[in-house]
Amino acid sequence: MSMRITRRATLGAGLASFAVGGKALAAWPDRPITLIVPYPAGGGTDIVARTLAPLMERELRGSINVVNRAGGGGITGHEAIARAQPDGYTIGMITNDLSFYTHLGQSRLTHRDFAKIGQTNEIVGSVTVKADGPYRKLSDLLDAIKANPGRLRGTGAAPGVNWHVGFLGMMDALRLDPRSVIWVPAQGGTLGHQDVAAGGSEFSTSSLAEARALLEAQRVRTLALMGDARAEQFPDIPTLKEEVGIDWTFAVVHGMGGPRALPAEIRTRLGETLSKVHASDEFQSAMRQRTIRAVNRQPDAWEAILEQQLNTYGRLLREAGLARG
Amino acid sequence: MEALARAVGMIADPEVLLTILLSSVFGLVVGFIPGLTATMATALLVPFAMFLDPVSAIAAIVSATAMAIFAGDIPGTLLRLPGTPASAAYVDHSYRLAMAGRAGEVLGVNLVFSALGGILGTIVLVAAAPTLADYALNLSSFEFFWLAVLGLSCAVFVVGDNVAKGAAALLFGLLLATVGRDYTSGFPRFTFGEPDLLDGIPFVAALIGFFALPEIIRTMRAPDADGAKPVAQAARIFAGMGGAVLRWRWNFLRSGLLGTAVGALPGAGADTAAWTSYAVSRRMSKDPQAWSRDSVEGIVDATSANNAALSGAWIPALVFAIPGDTITAIAIAVLYLKNVTPGPSIFLENAHVLYAVFLAFFVANLLMIPLGWLAIRAAVPILRLPRKLLMAPLLLFACLGAYAVDNSLFGVGVMLACGLVGYWMEENGYPVGPAVLGMVMGRLVEEHLMTSLIKVQGDLTRFFERPVATALAVFTLLVWLWPLLRWLRRAAQRRTA
Repeated sequence: MSMRITRRATLGAGLASFAVGGKALAAWPDRPITLIVPYPAGGGTDIVARTLAPLMERELRGSINVVNRAGGGGITGHEAIARAQPDGYTIGMITNDLSFYTHLGQSRLTHRDFAKIGQTNEIVGSVTVKADGPYRKLSDLLDAIKANPGRLRGTGAAPGVNWHVGFLGMMDALRLDPRSVIWVPAQGGTLGHQDVAAGGSEFSTSSLAEARALLEAQRVRTLALMGDARAEQFPDIPTLKEEVGIDWTFAVVHGMGGPRALPAEIRTRLGETLSKVHASDEFQSAMRQRTIRAVNRQPDAWEAILEQQLNTYGRLLREAGLARG
Repeated sequence: MEALARAVGMIADPEVLLTILLSSVFGLVVGFIPGLTATMATALLVPFAMFLDPVSAIAAIVSATAMAIFAGDIPGTLLRLPGTPASAAYVDHSYRLAMAGRAGEVLGVNLVFSALGGILGTIVLVAAAPTLADYALNLSSFEFFWLAVLGLSCAVFVVGDNVAKGAAALLFGLLLATVGRDYTSGFPRFTFGEPDLLDGIPFVAALIGFFALPEIIRTMRAPDADGAKPVAQAARIFAGMGGAVLRWRWNFLRSGLLGTAVGALPGAGADTAAWTSYAVSRRMSKDPQAWSRDSVEGIVDATSANNAALSGAWIPALVFAIPGDTITAIAIAVLYLKNVTPGPSIFLENAHVLYAVFLAFFVANLLMIPLGWLAIRAAVPILRLPRKLLMAPLLLFACLGAYAVDNSLFGVGVMLACGLVGYWMEENGYPVGPAVLGMVMGRLVEEHLMTSLIKVQGDLTRFFERPVATALAVFTLLVWLWPLLRWLRRAAQRRTA
């Protein structure tokens, strides 16, 4: 107990002196930094965090502990990051799930509750069908949807979250009614693709990364990517724009953030460190291996994108009758 | 063949062997501590896996999880506190036998059949991975729905003597399973605005509460009651095991294969495997009276199945990168991290890595016998302590385990609440087993039912459209109607007589 008080006192003193002259910054980090991952170990967010942590440790000459705070669809962990002491010793991975919570009436948390350190990557959505099914091109699938309203089944996520919103946005851009497709809830993107391979649904909109093994096994076929460029691992798969001429893109976006009041000096130092290790071969090749697209957007650019998503996704969810807030 | 030789070379490396040994010890400790699951052991290994070569990294995960699933049986038998959820199905049974002075025998059964189950599962994995994975890939929500219903039907066999109270407990478990975000609409149910409940009641925390806390409360209220009788000589746990293996060989084969199959299904892991084979064991037993009174038959079945399921879960994981359980979900991530891409190509590009992983399974399961023996020897003296003294550290462990799940105090609250409810239930003759089973299976049944209903827009006849689904449906209905058919036949015989 006394240990704790001493620590807090030291910390207070540290913060005070730093407010005066920024002298203590030289000492940061003098104890381990906690990097909260709001999702379970082994998921996409977790992998990015666990790849980054040792690389950043080397640069910062301090230790970083990755802590999974899963539960509540990511709300619990995101809340823990937003409410942490803004002393630079608790930061976390944040995702664009923050663009859904308030519209779905689940939490008031949005990206505005966080200080951005930098975007790390994006996982691009897709339109994927059964390999030996009747759809060879995206237009085949779209024609079938138009010809049989209320018959075809799409899957890949629970309603109102990530890959479902990717689907809603695509239908909106194509001026098609999203209700003309039966949306089948899935417990995650991989299981969505698997349901397509098993013939349970006609198409899935979850990511290319999650489809990779099934693609290589020739059990599914990805008709289009929801990104602004082709994936280097699969150069033959066109983008939505190339296929049907719409500008809609959708990806799950990960990045590093901290509580809103994170001191600017610490934020800058973390951001610079992140950018540096992000460019390293180790990080880049780890991401390439998982078909994750490494993108290091700087805080302002990233924030602008999150703000725009918050509004767009809100409109899509309202139009689909899913918003309650 | 060349790949196999390379694989042997990779495993025989002293560094790899040392990794296996260390992670085995780690797995034993984690499995022994209630609340720390095999999944958590895997998660804790990830940072170390970053520094290991791919074979060592996977071998570490394989050995730690196999040991953890076995070690979960030790506190389950000695203290009625399942070390991992995979031991929950038969913890009551083991503890009752241990109280009757047979702790040594039960632990011996746990150890020997865990190791054998793991080996059987590995043989299936090696022999049939591509074929089985291919098959599993053709299953959709309709098939999963019937499988889940079949699993839920198993509850009939674990409700205990008072069917009405057992059914009430099961329904209570099913009610608890409805807490959380509605699967189909995303709408929160019974969460009272609490984000921690959005994913449902934290299962591991609830499990610890239901099983451990009532025992602690009871002991504290009647401090003079006897605990399990000390095992005279821990060294004798292997006595009679040769005979046991011969006697239960068919049970072992059936449950080992069933466990592997359950493990290979996405979403169902070692705990479901144990519940299912425990229930099947009761149904198929030639001597049902002895089964529920003093036989280890049910334990043999369940303890073989949960270790076999571990290997089974790797089948879809290696072939299609689809995790069979939460452990392989993490292992897949580690494989990617190590530049080994799981998928059909793994059999071509990385055959030597794959063989080395298979060898690691065998080594780990063989190593389980000596290490498990040591672990039991270390654990058994616990029984000589006065039980009252044990309860405080036990409560501490229970709190620690409940906290560790999501690193949150919420889990501790859930554990305490479930513990009080569980205590009340047991004091009034309601078994907690069916409630826990209801929590496990309720979610699966609901998910797959709702998914299937959405797919067919409510047309129930289409649940019988797919051949495999139809076969499973017919089988399920036969299981349900079996008592009725038997009764009809008996009635007919009586009439002719």
